[in-house]
Amino acid sequence: MMVDSFQLQRDAYGRLVLTTIDGRRHVGVTPVRAFPIAASDEGLSLVSAEGHEVGWVERLSGLPAPIRAMIEEELAAREFIPEIERIVEVSGFVCPSTWKVLTDRGPTELTLKGEEDIHRLGRTRLMVADSHGVHFLVRDVAALDKRSRKLLDRFL
Amino acid sequence: MTAAPLSTDTAGVLASAVPERFAAELSAALQAGERVRACLETDLDAKLRFAVGLVVVTDRRVLARAPQDASWQSWPLRSGLRLEHLDHAGVGQLELLDDRGRLACWRYTLGRNVAAMELIAAFELCRDGPANGAACREQAAEGVCSKCRTPLTPEGECPACMRGTAAPSTWTLLRLWRFARPYRWRLFAGFALTLASTAATLVPPYLTMPLMDKVLIPFQNGRPIDWPLVRMYLGGLLGAAALAWVLGWLRTYVLARVSERIGRDLRTRTYEHLLGLSLEYFGGKRTGDLMARLGNETDRINIFLSLDLLNFATDVLMIAMTSVILFSINPWLALVTLLPLPIIAWLIHLVRERLRTGFEKIDRVWAEVTNVLADTIPGIRVVKAFAQEKREAARFRDANEHNLAMNDKLNRTWSLFTPTVTLLTEIGLLIVWVFGIWQIARGDSSVGVLTAFLAYIGRFYTRLDSMSRIVSATQRAASSTKRIFDILDHVSSVPEPANPVRLGKVAGRIELQRASFRYGTRAVIRDVDLVIQPGEMIGLVGHSGSGKSTLVNLICRFYDVAEGRVLIDGVDVRSVPVNEFRRHIGLVLQEPFLFFGTIADNIAYGKPEATRAEIIDAARAAHAHEFILRLPHGYDSLVGERGQGLSGGERQRISIARALLIDPRILILDEATSAVDTETENEIQKALDNLVKGRTTIAIAHRLSTLRKADRLVVMDRGRIVEIGSHDRLMAAEGYYYKLFMAQARTAENGDEASPLSEAARPVISETASERS
Repeated sequence: MMVDSFQLQRDAYGRLVLTTIDGRRHVGVTPVRAFPIAASDEGLSLVSAEGHEVGWVERLSGLPAPIRAMIEEELAAREFIPEIERIVEVSGFVCPSTWKVLTDRGPTELTLKGEEDIHRLGRTRLMVADSHGVHFLVRDVAALDKRSRKLLDRFL
Repeated sequence: MTAAPLSTDTAGVLASAVPERFAAELSAALQAGERVRACLETDLDAKLRFAVGLVVVTDRRVLARAPQDASWQSWPLRSGLRLEHLDHAGVGQLELLDDRGRLACWRYTLGRNVAAMELIAAFELCRDGPANGAACREQAAEGVCSKCRTPLTPEGECPACMRGTAAPSTWTLLRLWRFARPYRWRLFAGFALTLASTAATLVPPYLTMPLMDKVLIPFQNGRPIDWPLVRMYLGGLLGAAALAWVLGWLRTYVLARVSERIGRDLRTRTYEHLLGLSLEYFGGKRTGDLMARLGNETDRINIFLSLDLLNFATDVLMIAMTSVILFSINPWLALVTLLPLPIIAWLIHLVRERLRTGFEKIDRVWAEVTNVLADTIPGIRVVKAFAQEKREAARFRDANEHNLAMNDKLNRTWSLFTPTVTLLTEIGLLIVWVFGIWQIARGDSSVGVLTAFLAYIGRFYTRLDSMSRIVSATQRAASSTKRIFDILDHVSSVPEPANPVRLGKVAGRIELQRASFRYGTRAVIRDVDLVIQPGEMIGLVGHSGSGKSTLVNLICRFYDVAEGRVLIDGVDVRSVPVNEFRRHIGLVLQEPFLFFGTIADNIAYGKPEATRAEIIDAARAAHAHEFILRLPHGYDSLVGERGQGLSGGERQRISIARALLIDPRILILDEATSAVDTETENEIQKALDNLVKGRTTIAIAHRLSTLRKADRLVVMDRGRIVEIGSHDRLMAAEGYYYKLFMAQARTAENGDEASPLSEAARPVISETASERS
C-alpha cells in the first residue's frame, strides 16, 4: 500500500480510524512494527481489530508528519521493550535474582527466574525476560558500563 | 510493596490496601464518609515509562492520580460509565469509557493484573449499587492468595508468591535434613567413627617426638639405643596406622551407604512429586532441564554429602584436635604455627573463587557448543537441502573458538594455582622452622617437638586446599538443593481439594461458567459460557490458536480456570479428587503415545487390572483386533515409544481402544484423525463412532468433515465462543462458521474434492504412515 493512500484519525475513544483509498473505514487499527528491534523504522503494518492486515507502510520516516506522529504516539503506548542502560544492583548471582536497573523508561526492578530467561539475539544483543513476562532489551552488551557488564557476565 | 490497610468495609466487600506513599494524599482527597473499595497502583505512564500512579474506586467516585503531578482527577460513578482492560506484551491497560468516548487510560505491568481485575469488579459493583453484594463476597473467598488468587497452602502461604523471589542461601541445605532423618542413627555412628579414625591418624606424629628426644638424639650424644623402648614406639606406630585403616574404612563405608540412600530417596520423592504436578508446569519447563534436575542435581547433592562434607568435617576435626595437641606440647610454637593458617586459607579461597566463576563460564560456553550440535544434527536434512554446511561448520568453529579463548583465559589463573598453594605451604613451614630453631637455640624446645610440629603441620597444610573447596561445593550443593526443592515445593496448580466431593455415578453434563484462562501474559480463554448435555456430541471449531485445545484442557482439568467455573453434573471440578474425576474422561489425541511394552499393556494402560477378554472387546470395538492379529505376536507384540512398526492409523486405533476400555462418560477427541490420510480416517471414524455412542463427546477438528455427527458446533475465535448451532443453522446464518466452511470448501475444490463434508475431505498425507517399515 502506498504511503499517501490512506487517512488516519483518532476517535473519541482514543482508537485509530483508518480510511483506505477505496473508502473503507477500519475502526481500532493497531500499528505493529515488523522488526521492532532489528529495524524499527522499516516495515509497519496496520492491523484491524479483527486481526487482519489492512495497511502496510514501508518506511515510517516516509509518512506525512501528522500521521507519523499519530502512529508513533500509538506505538509508544503499545510497544513495551524497556532497554537496560545500567544494572545498578543484583540481589545475588544465583537465580532467582532481583535486579535494580536503569532503563530508557526510568529505573525499575526485575526478577530473573533463571539464566535461561536471558536470550541472545545476535552477537551483542540480549533479551531478558522477567518473571512477569516483561522483556527487557540490552541493545549492546559492549556499550554498558564496566560494572554492569561485570554483573551481567556472571549470568551469561 | 508495603501496604497499610486504609479502610476495610464492614459490608464484607473487598478489603483494600492503599500503598503507604499515597495513603495521606488519598485521605485528603476523599470526601467525608467516602470509602475506598479497591485501588490499583499503576507503574507505567502514558508513554510507558516506569512511574508510579494510583487509581482508586470508592463507593461514589473513580479517583486517579497521574504519576507526574500531585493533583487528583475524579469521575463520579454513574450508569454508562465503563472500566475496561486489555493487555498486550506484558502491559495491561485500563480504560475508563462512557457512551461518548474515552475519559482516561492507565497502564501497568502485568504483575498487577489481579489488582486491576479486583478494581474492575469493585467498580462494577459500586456502579450498579449494592444489590448484588453476594457475588462480590464470593470473589474474596478465603483460602486464596490476596495477590494472585492461587489457593493457599495449609500454612496460609501462597505458593506462587513465595516462589521465585529470594536467592538460595546456604541454609537451604538444612532442608535436606528431612531426607537424612530416617538415617540419623547411622549418621551418628558415622560421625563417631570419623572422630575416632581422625584421632588415630594423629597418633604417629606424636610418637615421633619421644622417638627423637629419648632415642635418636641421646644416641648421637653417645648413649646406646634402648631397643625395648624403640620396639614399643614402633609397635605404637604400626598399631595406630592399622587402627586408622580399620576405622577409616568403616567410616567411609557407613557414610557412603547412608548418602546413597539419601540420594535414592531424594530422586524417588522428587519424581513422584513431579508426576503429580499439572500440565501447566510441564508446559513451562524444558524436558532436558527437568531430566537434568532429577539426574545431575541429585547426584551433586549426593557427592556433596558423601565426599565434600565428609572430608570437610574430617579436616575440621583434625585441625581442632591437632591444635589441642600442639598447644599442650608447646603453646608458643603452636601459636606461631597456627597464626598464618587463616591467612593462607583466605588466600587460597580468593584464588578458588576466581577459578570457580571461570569454570562456570566455561560450563556455559560448553553448553553453547553442544547447542550448535543439537540445533544442526536433527535438522541435517534442511542444512543439506539448502547447502548450508559451510555456514553450520563456521558456527561450530566460532563456538569452539570462543570455548578455546575462555579456556586460555582461565588456564592462566589455573596454572598458577597449584604452585601457589605449594609456595604458601612452604612459607608456612619456613615460619615454623625459623621460630622452632630460635626456640631450640634458647633451650625452650627440643628437636623432637619441632619434628612433631613439622609432621603435624605438613598434614593440614595439604588439607587447606581441599578445605577451600568446601565454599564453592556448599554453594553449588545449595543451589542444587534449591532446584530440587523448587520441584518439591511446587504445589500443583491443579490442587487436590481439601474437602473432596465424591462424584458417584456420572451422567456427563458439563458446564462452563464465565471461564477464563491465561497462559503467561496472554489471555487464551475469555469469559466462556457453555452447557453440554449428557450424551451430547459437541464439535469445537476454529482457527488454530483460537483456544479449542485449551478449553478441552480446562475440562480435563489439566489446567484450572483463572476465573469462572467448570462444573460436571453441577459439581465444581475443583472440588472433586483429580484421579477420580479423570477416570470418567477418555482422551484421544492427535499424536497417540504408545509406551514401551506389549500392545495389550498399552490398551490396558488406564485399567491395568483389565481381563484379556475386556482388552479384546475394546480392540474389536476400536477396529484394531484384526490388524493386531496380523502382527507376529498378536497382542503380545512389542511396540516402542512411538509405536515403530505401526502406522499412524493403527496407533490411533490402539489409543481409541485404550479410551474404550476405561468406559468413560466423557470423551474428548483432540484432532483424533488429522494426522492420517483419508482412507485411514474412515477406518478410525468407524472406530470412533463406536466410541462416541452414548457418551458426552467433545471433538476438536480442523477438518469440518470429521464433525458431521456432532449435535452442535461451537465456533471459537480468539478465546471466545462466537457461534453455537448445528451445521445447517450456522451455514444459514452466514457468519463465522460459514466463512470457515467456504474457505475449506475452496481448498478442497482446488484439490479436486467436492466438498469438505464429503467422506473424502482434504487429504493430509501422514508422515508417520509413509515411514512405516
